[in-house]
Amino acid sequence: MADKLTITAMHAALAAKQTSAQALLAAANARIEAKDGKLQAFLTLNPQAQAQAEAVDQAGDFSQPLAGVPVAVKDNIVTKGLTTTAASKILEHFEPIYDATVVEKLNAAGAVTVGKVNLDEFAMGSSTENSAFKVTKNAWDDSRVPGGSSGGSAAAVAAGEVPVALGTDTGGSIRQPAAFNGVIGIKPTYGRVSRWGVIAFASSLDQVGVLSRTVTDAALTLNVIAGHDDKDATTSPEPVPDFTAKIGKSIAGMKIALPAEYLGEGVDPQVAARIQAAADQFRALGATVETVSLPHTKYAVPAYYIIASSEASSNLQRFDGIRYGFRAQDVKNLTDVYVRSRSEGFGPEVKRRIMLGTFSLSAGFYDAYFKKAAQVRTLITRDFEKVFEDYDLIMGPTTPTVAFKIGDKVTDPLTMYMNDILTIPVNLAGLPAASIPAGFVSDMPVGLQLIGKPFEETTIFQAADAFEAANDYLAQLPGGAE
Amino acid sequence: MITKESVAHVAELSRLSFSDAELTQYTAQLGEILNMVEQLEEVDTTGVPATTQSIHLHNVMREDVPHNDTKVEDLFKNVPTAKGTLIQVPAIIDKEED
Repeated sequence: MADKLTITAMHAALAAKQTSAQALLAAANARIEAKDGKLQAFLTLNPQAQAQAEAVDQAGDFSQPLAGVPVAVKDNIVTKGLTTTAASKILEHFEPIYDATVVEKLNAAGAVTVGKVNLDEFAMGSSTENSAFKVTKNAWDDSRVPGGSSGGSAAAVAAGEVPVALGTDTGGSIRQPAAFNGVIGIKPTYGRVSRWGVIAFASSLDQVGVLSRTVTDAALTLNVIAGHDDKDATTSPEPVPDFTAKIGKSIAGMKIALPAEYLGEGVDPQVAARIQAAADQFRALGATVETVSLPHTKYAVPAYYIIASSEASSNLQRFDGIRYGFRAQDVKNLTDVYVRSRSEGFGPEVKRRIMLGTFSLSAGFYDAYFKKAAQVRTLITRDFEKVFEDYDLIMGPTTPTVAFKIGDKVTDPLTMYMNDILTIPVNLAGLPAASIPAGFVSDMPVGLQLIGKPFEETTIFQAADAFEAANDYLAQLPGGAE
Repeated sequence: MITKESVAHVAELSRLSFSDAELTQYTAQLGEILNMVEQLEEVDTTGVPATTQSIHLHNVMREDVPHNDTKVEDLFKNVPTAKGTLIQVPAIIDKEED
């Protein structure tokens, strides 16, 4: 049976006047009511959603694909008047006074924001267990993590609560949870999407993207949110294409690289086997797949944790208990306001990264840590550039294993960090990349990662769509055809 | 290897405070992380420039046009304590020195 929980299906029903934005919202709310008690994906439901849906129905214009479609937004993206916490106690009651540019664009396209979804505090983590508020479950197995940091986005989409959600990706935070939940996740090229109104983690790496149930839905949503923004000087002036332009086109002749390092040490052989099978499918579709080398891959994790933590330690200085956010009580003096508000407001992982970053930037250590990491980042970028001289796309697993059990890694930061080895290099180089479903290991979804040249998301969508069409993973999503 | 004293110093720079037990734990964890980071020493980076961003834009300029799209009362919505349009903070002089 066709999946009705897609943007495409909802748009068709709306355009044919078979349903309304209000009916779709009510159905989404009913699914959330039924499922979220267990899943725990949502932090806040939007009290303005009904009014938004009414306005869209009133206008009656369903020409745009997202008009009347219910969406969820990761809770580190600010929404005017709707509590935005970054899953941190320090922002527990924070009520933004403006919308992030991506939210403004969703609103203008007629999408209805159902609510805000859970994440690792300040997007720091790979399991959503670092949320100060709740532990989101994997949509396939509630004893397992949904991945992170966009764990709420991925679980909500996989469980069919909403057809699409926004996420953010600093080191894999869209792709890894997408892989763990068997959905599509795209992190666009750095600079493709505005970060205005995205609560900053690591500004040279953060990028907003989309989690959805189909490749086309991801492309349609990226069409809405992409583009230059005067409010974010790091957005690119590159023209924004129609991201669906190459969907449905043959991939015959496409040159795909498979890095040996992405199937090496630490990668579950069963996951590697799924990726080899995907490579065979691409070959059967007329593409060539050849083994290449990205020799600096193993240095990506250490370089990333220095760079991302350094940027985070600087970005998170703004949380001082003075102008907004949590302020500690019974303080002795001004320094005490800062220290106590931060110490009581931030969770352990956020503190760990602030500490690591502050250390890396401190006098006497800067050259050995931050500068060295920034130089290694150059070498990682050059590895990609070299491969892209001869290939259109790079493929590999999104994660070394399928979703792990809740509680398994949260007490061991280093093991948790190593989980990101296959997604981090992409952020360091600023490249676009997606994770798409590629089968199962032990009944849990495996993610296939497709990495493109800068600003060539359309090539990723083309290959992802061809792969999707050759498989039937969508039908297996929990709650798909109801 | 990072010492407990240097972790305490970094905590001070970070405006964070930790109990003694937490300091011990953070020292061990940061030690492990830095140990992993030391792999980077294997990489020859002689003459390699540092990358601090990937967008390749430099000095993005715009016209300095005044605009006023945020109301003062909105800016005060999330202020913990205020008097009129002033943000109220605890006494800056240490109470113990009163």
